[in-house]
Amino acid sequence: MDMTNHNMTDIPVLTKQDFIPEGDVKWCPGCGDYVVLNAVHSILPEIGKKVEDIVFVSGIGCSSRFPYYVNTYGFHGIHGRAPAIASGIKIANPNLSVWQITGDGDSMAIGGNHFIHVIRRNIDINIIILNNKIYGLTKGQASPTTPLGSETKSSPYGTIEQPFRPGLLTIGARGQFFARLLDTNPKMIRDVLLAAEKHKGTSVIEVLQNCVIFNNQVHAIVTNKETRDDHQLHLVHGEPMLFGPNKEKGIIFNPKTMKLEKVIVGENGITIDDILVHNEKTQDYTMHLMLLQLHPPDMPLALGVIRNVDKSSYDELLERKMKEAKEKSKYKSFEDMLFSGDVYEL
Amino acid sequence: MVKKTRVIELADVVIKFAGDSGDGMQLTGTQFSETSALLGNDVATFPDYPSEIRAPQGTVAGVSGFTVHIGHKEIYTSGDLADVLVAMNPAALKVNMKWIKRGATIILDSDNFNEKNYERAGYTESPFNDNSLVGYNVVKAPITTLTQKALEGMGLDNKTVVRSKNMFALGMLYWLFNKELTPSEKYFEKKFKSKPALIEANKKVLRAGYNFAFTLQEMDVIYKVPPLQDAPKGKYRNITGNVATAWGLIAASQKSGLPLFLGSYPITPASEILHELSNRLDFGVKAFQAEDEIAGICSAIGASFAGNLAVTTTSGPGLSLKSEAIGLAVMTELPIVIVDVQRGGPSTGLPTKTEQSDLMQALYGRNGEAPCIVIAASSSSDCFYYAYMAAKMALEHMTPVILLTDGYLGNGSEPLKIPKLSELPDIKTMLVPEGTKEYYPYKRDPETLARYWAVPGMPGLRHRVGGLEKLDVIGTVSHDPLNHQKMTELRQEKVLRAVKDVPPLKVHGAQEGDLLVVGWGGTYGSLLTAVLELHQEGKKIGLAHFNYIYPMPTNVEEIFSRFKKIIVCELNMGQFANFLRMQHQKFQYHQFNKVQGLPFMVFELKEKFVKMLES
Repeated sequence: MDMTNHNMTDIPVLTKQDFIPEGDVKWCPGCGDYVVLNAVHSILPEIGKKVEDIVFVSGIGCSSRFPYYVNTYGFHGIHGRAPAIASGIKIANPNLSVWQITGDGDSMAIGGNHFIHVIRRNIDINIIILNNKIYGLTKGQASPTTPLGSETKSSPYGTIEQPFRPGLLTIGARGQFFARLLDTNPKMIRDVLLAAEKHKGTSVIEVLQNCVIFNNQVHAIVTNKETRDDHQLHLVHGEPMLFGPNKEKGIIFNPKTMKLEKVIVGENGITIDDILVHNEKTQDYTMHLMLLQLHPPDMPLALGVIRNVDKSSYDELLERKMKEAKEKSKYKSFEDMLFSGDVYEL
Repeated sequence: MVKKTRVIELADVVIKFAGDSGDGMQLTGTQFSETSALLGNDVATFPDYPSEIRAPQGTVAGVSGFTVHIGHKEIYTSGDLADVLVAMNPAALKVNMKWIKRGATIILDSDNFNEKNYERAGYTESPFNDNSLVGYNVVKAPITTLTQKALEGMGLDNKTVVRSKNMFALGMLYWLFNKELTPSEKYFEKKFKSKPALIEANKKVLRAGYNFAFTLQEMDVIYKVPPLQDAPKGKYRNITGNVATAWGLIAASQKSGLPLFLGSYPITPASEILHELSNRLDFGVKAFQAEDEIAGICSAIGASFAGNLAVTTTSGPGLSLKSEAIGLAVMTELPIVIVDVQRGGPSTGLPTKTEQSDLMQALYGRNGEAPCIVIAASSSSDCFYYAYMAAKMALEHMTPVILLTDGYLGNGSEPLKIPKLSELPDIKTMLVPEGTKEYYPYKRDPETLARYWAVPGMPGLRHRVGGLEKLDVIGTVSHDPLNHQKMTELRQEKVLRAVKDVPPLKVHGAQEGDLLVVGWGGTYGSLLTAVLELHQEGKKIGLAHFNYIYPMPTNVEEIFSRFKKIIVCELNMGQFANFLRMQHQKFQYHQFNKVQGLPFMVFELKEKFVKMLES
């Protein structure tokens, strides 16, 4: 019996329109957040959840206004703390589909501690990081993902800090799902969001998103027409890692340098069989870490689902332990416990 | 040789167990108090231990103490000065000489009284030679050697043998106070279930101590503290304040029908609440050990949004970290209980010592106008009731409630008359009834002003809350000036209307007269004892003790007006006195403040009150 279909019978057919609330969206015209919002509206009818069983949670920042723009239950929290709020919601009611929307400042700076711990615990929530590599809502300070040397309002002489790479941090925290996306590719956003929702455990989705006001074109090297084909490596599970205008380039592992290198298929005796095949399901972190370290201009940026490994989630384990504890309990009830043990009468 | 033994009946007695941090004094004290409670005495205990787990052996810094006060009549404190001191080494003796009565019995492990240990304790000469023990009944017992002898041939390693010497001391005390050994023997059977050799060994040592005391000429008196009289009839158990708090919260969860969620981070002296609730997965309690204090409260706020009875537990430094999130709970008007087991501050301060440190922080420690209900427990056992009330008020008024207990209440223990769930007041949550079609997040109950509560999973009631100001009733984001004024006033008025749940303030002792002693929270026992003793001596002195700090009982002015002078006694620099000056300005408040990490002693309170009465 197909359990998914069975479960879905009592869910009314939903459309994108069901998830678009009244009221205006108040992001700047041209903001990359609109693309993600649109993708979210479009996938929610397809995740097999009733509309009342979906919750959007956020912290503070431009992207954190997101819950106001999705017609589900929503919680607009305080700066950096959304993972903790989302954890409480999911643990309290594991039936809910919980989505956390955050930015690079919210998740990597003030909320860094919560970010790594929710991932480590593998609580079944989906985290979308809208990474524009700048503080937008406070008007243009350097963020933890701002590239080294960038001149911003808070770094007029150029930053002197190494930026975080959210994917490396996710894997450092033993994350089991990580995907990287561009706000210029709504189709890929849709596909990945659906995969993230299916994944049991914490799913981290980084969207490289353009801030038209304070950091315009920060991702240009990956997104502009002239260079994008050479700088985007679209990963698909089970498929060879090819890129370039005609998919003529590929990624190989060079055991002598212990590095991933780019090659051209058909040159120097390289055939398609020499190209690495993407495996998002492998437990071992090594290849995923190597992919996450590829960066333009020398190498293409790895995009799509980089890691997607099944591991028991926190909420799953908790429910199991609770069931066991209830079965094994010494006490018939709370009152039974109150009156058990060293009790005496006066 | 037959020893002649006199039996003396006492109304109450204070015993202090003291030794190195690793000597097991906390366990010995707990066992003595549990046994005394089981045999019907009223009991109050005060564990007093250093914040180091094992300070250098034999030093004054490493002395761990446990005071037990047992009574034939109702007792309210763990006692001022001890009648009996058990000192396992010279450092324990040195530290505690100022905490025992003149002429007290001192039982010491003579094996540890040697040059090396005198030096470690900072004695320049043996306390037996410096006249400091003259006038005391000193019982020198070679406890370590006798423990080793008792366990000879059992095949236990020396470390295990020496570790059980505390049970030898306990055995001696059981003889001295005419107690049965059975409760402790049963405890060994339970504790060492899988290690029969240890059950046997502990029983042997306990009995050896008991028999040794019987043969000892210096111990020719046994004391009897008869069982408690005039106590309300019912079933009792000895309980620490922290466990009582945990249980009160579970009771509220059961009574309200909402699952209990705890988001917490380990902190002294509050961690036992986390431990106890972590152990209650069988009742569906979800205890989440968060990565920090902020995540502790934020996860609780999330759980509250999802419809659980949500709690976070902490101590002073943790409350500081939670400030912003408490403001979020105020703004979103979600029910949440914040338990603060106060300790000496500021900063890390005195982690294992008690202080009424956080009243101002609980009342005002947030940005913006962010009123919360603030209540305080006043004894280890009533932590159960006030934890229950904190949850009830949070759920019925849709607001954060801060419950203040302290290290003295949390770690200390006393008998709890076990309530039945049916005896506890009902809890009516603000959850909207099933089938509700229309919902506005800031629509309020016209009486209490509490907003109605819809939670994820309820069809048709989708809404969004958050830290931004919201439009009255409707709940969309609003920056409208007049709306902000209105919402601020509504949040304030809602908390003030909770006064309907607050019982009138009572006065103990004289109902009117010369001096009104005012206190709040954990100082109740010592204030009550001091006031009642002076009242019995004919002084016109009364005690008004607060459990409900904000909102306050409505009859405060009426009571304060009946006395010529008012003195506010606190274990801080006068936080409540200053709060009273704001709330009830027409009175003059004298202050008695102590910040030593210790509870009030009854004698020091009486001294102060007598001076006040005479001046």
